[in-house]
Amino acid sequence: MDSLGLARWQFGITTVYHYFFVPITIGMAFLVAGFQTAWYRTGKEKYLRLTKYFGKLFLINFAMGVVTGIVQEFQFGMNWSDYSRFVGDIFGAPLAIEGLLAFFLESTFLGLWIFGWDRLSKRVHLATIWIAATGTLLSAYFILAANSFMQNPVGYKYNPVNGRAELTDFGAVLTNKVVLVTFPHTIAGAFITAGGLVLGIALWNLIRHADRDADTFRTAARAGAATVVVAAALLAITGDRQAKVMTEVQPMKMAAAEALYETREGASFSILSIGTPDGSEETFSIRVPRMLSFLATGDFNGKVEGINNLQSAYEAKYGPGDYSPNIAVTYWTFRFMIGIGMFGALIAVWAWWRIRQGKGFSGRMAWWAAVTVPFMGLFGNSFGWIFTEMGRQPWIVFGLMPTAAGVSPSVSATEVWISMIGFTLVYGLLAVVEIKLLLKYIQAGLPEIPPAPDGDNSPDSDSPDARPLAFAY
Amino acid sequence: MELTTVWFILIAVLWIGYFVLEGFDFGVGILLPILGRNDRERRVLLNTIGPLWDGNEVWLLVAGGATFAAFPEWYATLFSGFYLPLFLILISLIVRNVAFEFRGKRDDVSWRAWWDRAIFFGSLLPAVLWGVAFGNIVGGVDIDADKEYVGTFFDLLNPYAILGGLVTLSLFITHGAVFLSLKTLGDVRDRARAIALRSGLAAAVLAVAFLVWTYFQRDGAQHAGWFVVLAVLAAVSLLAGLEATRRGREGWAFIGTAATLALAVASLFTVLFPNVMPSSLNDAWSLTTTNAASTHKTLTIMTWVAAIFTPLVIMYQAWSIYVFRKRLGVHHIPADSPIVEAAEALTRAAADSAT
Repeated sequence: MDSLGLARWQFGITTVYHYFFVPITIGMAFLVAGFQTAWYRTGKEKYLRLTKYFGKLFLINFAMGVVTGIVQEFQFGMNWSDYSRFVGDIFGAPLAIEGLLAFFLESTFLGLWIFGWDRLSKRVHLATIWIAATGTLLSAYFILAANSFMQNPVGYKYNPVNGRAELTDFGAVLTNKVVLVTFPHTIAGAFITAGGLVLGIALWNLIRHADRDADTFRTAARAGAATVVVAAALLAITGDRQAKVMTEVQPMKMAAAEALYETREGASFSILSIGTPDGSEETFSIRVPRMLSFLATGDFNGKVEGINNLQSAYEAKYGPGDYSPNIAVTYWTFRFMIGIGMFGALIAVWAWWRIRQGKGFSGRMAWWAAVTVPFMGLFGNSFGWIFTEMGRQPWIVFGLMPTAAGVSPSVSATEVWISMIGFTLVYGLLAVVEIKLLLKYIQAGLPEIPPAPDGDNSPDSDSPDARPLAFAY
Repeated sequence: MELTTVWFILIAVLWIGYFVLEGFDFGVGILLPILGRNDRERRVLLNTIGPLWDGNEVWLLVAGGATFAAFPEWYATLFSGFYLPLFLILISLIVRNVAFEFRGKRDDVSWRAWWDRAIFFGSLLPAVLWGVAFGNIVGGVDIDADKEYVGTFFDLLNPYAILGGLVTLSLFITHGAVFLSLKTLGDVRDRARAIALRSGLAAAVLAVAFLVWTYFQRDGAQHAGWFVVLAVLAAVSLLAGLEATRRGREGWAFIGTAATLALAVASLFTVLFPNVMPSSLNDAWSLTTTNAASTHKTLTIMTWVAAIFTPLVIMYQAWSIYVFRKRLGVHHIPADSPIVEAAEALTRAAADSAT
């Protein structure tokens, strides 16, 4: 493989991996903040125990998100230097702002939250987790604004003198119609993931240890299920809006999502199909009539452009070349994203219903529901992003710069091999460690809350009989 | 002042923030096996930086992001050119940071020993490599007319840059030891002070050698005079910090080593200006604050953002340091599981019988 192919694989591996931790971090920050707020308001110990239990899982996960995020920030320059030169004037700003506004908030206030249980008043301590959670939203907005420029470049002018895209309107970059629909969709995706995690873990505890803190875990299961159901509804609504914007700015992606070769009015949507890998010939399919037209245009008889028609239009506009993405990947990731998201929502509805009815959880089916529901949101996010990014190909910035033109000319294939294997090995190893740790703490159940011990713990005290820290590494 | 100059200074400020802050947590990581003689002591060391290291590291992320935004050509040339060293830094930071978080999550002696190694090497390698990277930036590397780095990985390991790496290593160890003497109680504090003095003297010799070499390396730099002033001030701060350590004035000592790092970085940026990455092949091919910069419009927007948010960040990070100002001793560390405690008792008994 050449350095271009390797750089793409490395970006794919490191980004998909990084994005396992991102939605959990965003969603869990709010759910943990919610539990802690419930404790602050009601004083009930069960909410404090849930805060600490899910807080610990959240932190194990956050650490991984941080370290894999550093790689993302560096990778543009390391592997995509010509891309960085071309778009730096526009793309660098949201990245820098993300760091300055969001990363500092998240890291500093999470540090205060983790170690501050006995150093801050209850009220200020509660504020720290909410500030950190707000930081995750800011971070998401700015990085999505940067990504949306790649999907639909706006607010720029091409400068032929130095051959780069230059900023003309930063407001336009931050209010790109793509980011306006992608942000709510992404955040809802984060909540379905975190909600699924809380629901799955709570269900697992209810099934395996029916006599251990059942009341508390039913509360957690209800919170998790409600989060999943509401998030799924928001995903459907925002996804629908997103499909229409996508059809408008990247019609090829929509055509590839359906493997629709010829332009059609009243086009059907196939739930699944069997045929040649690129979908050009089909032997069997299950179809919903006129659904694609509705998804793409909001009108059951709307016209959806086909791959072949778009290909000839793009050849006329951009010159010879293949302007269609990998059809099989685009087609299937689109379906998997929707399918497993809906499946996760069904599990949550079922669990919610049983809790409302006051029924318990036991048996194989409940067990399967518990262990699959956390992964529905998680993999739904992965498929969604693989679809979005692969569907943009062959462009790195749609209509402006082909992916092949963005790669670093000074980095050899050998160097990328070394880093790709290095990252993959370390990431793989850490995944094993992380999963083992998560399982250990999930199985341990809710922590006991020790009574406040005696001893002087005022910040200035150096006295040797000061009590131990509330939290220590 | 030109906006490109403003941004050159701002990026210097971000690197100063990074070296001053993460400098001490690198130092603590390297000193972990040396100063921490048992698990409890090692936990004391780790907990002094526990709430801070993550916020410290963001200074690096923002320095990278700001370079991307303000000087895209610098970001592109530097990050693609120094590919393998940056890869090693990334792997080190990944392993070290998860080690902080994961180490205490299992009561298992060999589990903790593995993460201790990860913290040691994960701190040691970047502490050296950042110095090597800055040595190469200041000393100049092979950059062609297309602003591409055309040298090899081994070209980056030249004697001048390696000396730079030893300077950052010894300075971070000293800074970390001074930080520990300020933040701990008991035996650890005494040992930290002793180490600070020894590594501080080594750092002083290495740093002076490096700064003198820099003066000749960048002969005829636009602001050579200011470079000398800042470099001398850096050396004076270090000596003042060491004297404060000797007298047991740990707060002043920390201010001294922090000022040393700040002034040393400032002196390097001063000698660099107006270049951002000089080419050793042809002066005309050097990246400068002008030919590597973003447009005036982008720089204007970024200046407003930085002017509003940088002071805010400094305020809340200072507050965080203030909240965790208390010194830590072994008695602050919560009890461990019986297994680890028993293993610890055995190690202590063995150490006692040996002496």
